[in-house]
Amino acid sequence: MDKEYSEETIDRFQDPEYSGEIENADAVGKAGNPSCGDVLKVFLKIEDNVIKKARFKTYGCIAAIASSDELCEMLEGKTVEEARKITGKDISQELGELPPVKYHCSVLGTEALKDALDNYKKE
Amino acid sequence: MSELEVYLDNGSTTKTDSEAFEKMKPYFTEKYGNPASLHKEGKEAKKAINKSKRIIADTLNADKKEIIFTSGGTESDNLALKGIAFENKEKGKHIITTKIEHDAVLKSAKWLEEQGFKITYLDVDEEGFVDQEQLKREITDETILVSIIHGNNEIGTIQNLKELSEITHEHSKNAYFHTDACQSYTKTNLDVKEQNLDLASINSHKIHGPKGVGALYIKKGTEIHPWQHGGGHEKGMRSGTLNTHGVVGFAEAAKNNYENKEKNIEKMTSLRDKLIEEILKIEKTKLNGPKGSKRLPNNINICFNNIEGEALSGYLNRKGIYASTGSACSSLDLEPSHVLTAIGLTKQEANSCLRITLSKYNTKEEINYVLKELPDVVKRLRDMSPL
Repeated sequence: MDKEYSEETIDRFQDPEYSGEIENADAVGKAGNPSCGDVLKVFLKIEDNVIKKARFKTYGCIAAIASSDELCEMLEGKTVEEARKITGKDISQELGELPPVKYHCSVLGTEALKDALDNYKKE
Repeated sequence: MSELEVYLDNGSTTKTDSEAFEKMKPYFTEKYGNPASLHKEGKEAKKAINKSKRIIADTLNADKKEIIFTSGGTESDNLALKGIAFENKEKGKHIITTKIEHDAVLKSAKWLEEQGFKITYLDVDEEGFVDQEQLKREITDETILVSIIHGNNEIGTIQNLKELSEITHEHSKNAYFHTDACQSYTKTNLDVKEQNLDLASINSHKIHGPKGVGALYIKKGTEIHPWQHGGGHEKGMRSGTLNTHGVVGFAEAAKNNYENKEKNIEKMTSLRDKLIEEILKIEKTKLNGPKGSKRLPNNINICFNNIEGEALSGYLNRKGIYASTGSACSSLDLEPSHVLTAIGLTKQEANSCLRITLSKYNTKEEINYVLKELPDVVKRLRDMSPL
């Protein structure tokens, strides 16, 4: 824990507001691999091309849980196109910058999102 | 924040005994002479060093002249491996160690490999015990050193040093036997004569002494090259002005914890076994390392399926419970613990482990608090997990 997480990261990790599942979600996406230490699943409720609700389930470290929570907050209210533009860097910035060795956790969030939106398009 | 603060990371470092702290104090502002100086101030410091050396030697059943003070376990291990390797390379360039060593040994061995030495890393079984048959097969007269950790820092396995050093000395005429005893010192039997050890690394801050000081036992007659050069302190074996206050604190802690060894072991063992028994009642948990007397009395290492170790210790931290993890996410190189993978855990399992290390200062009340909070934290993280 001494890799200097920001206060925002620790707060999000300790009290994630967006953890959970959405029943009958319009889009579900997954990224990661348990052997690497992180698996992230995002659930989206989409109405008229706008993300109304976003939730996550994450197996992972402090940075992975905080990134998942941050991502969900960023997603709510965004159009699908706007959501696609979110980068790992954006998430990390919102979290007050993840330690460099943990940057990939925020990228994982965008990968799960991309997976969700790709699945959404197919339907 | 939380009702209680419970420090359960004594495998990382311990609280300094107040008796040790008190003994150290005069050596900062009153008896601050350099033990290498010939004047009265120096003599006084030198006397304190000698007395400390005798105390430490007694706890190991060694002779005072066989103790070299260092800056800690890492330096002791580096001196043992590199010092033996370079002094004895004409006899052979083969060194045997294990896959579950502390990085101080493992990375010294890797470095020696780059310098042209051949290193064999012995396998261990699922409880972490060294494969003795493999040692017999691999050792030859080319082997100059066998280095095996005594009590494992992660999973608590205590190796049978007597048998391992016997095999070493029987099967190679040139091999010295070294053990890293930093975790086991004063927590289980360590006797250089009975166990027939040539070198043993110990340190102070794991046994309630100050940080920054340790020792290497070097059996009389052992051919070893110094690793730190300079003014010729410690009979040329380890140059550098001695850390008098540190050495004095180390010796006091060693004496205190050696004299109360049986009592401390009994207390820690009973808390350890209660924790193990109760935690294993949580579903999908598994103990790493052996049970009973072949496990360090203060070590608990448990795998919680579907939970990542850093997140687990992060939530426990919030409850005032301070433990550590072997997960990849908690390490700087993002690799899971080499010890956990050596005993056969998958990477995912290794990422899901929590290490709790007790000290003589832990109480029943603290352990009950941990047992009250832990199941909720585990449930919360499992609810959050997509696995």
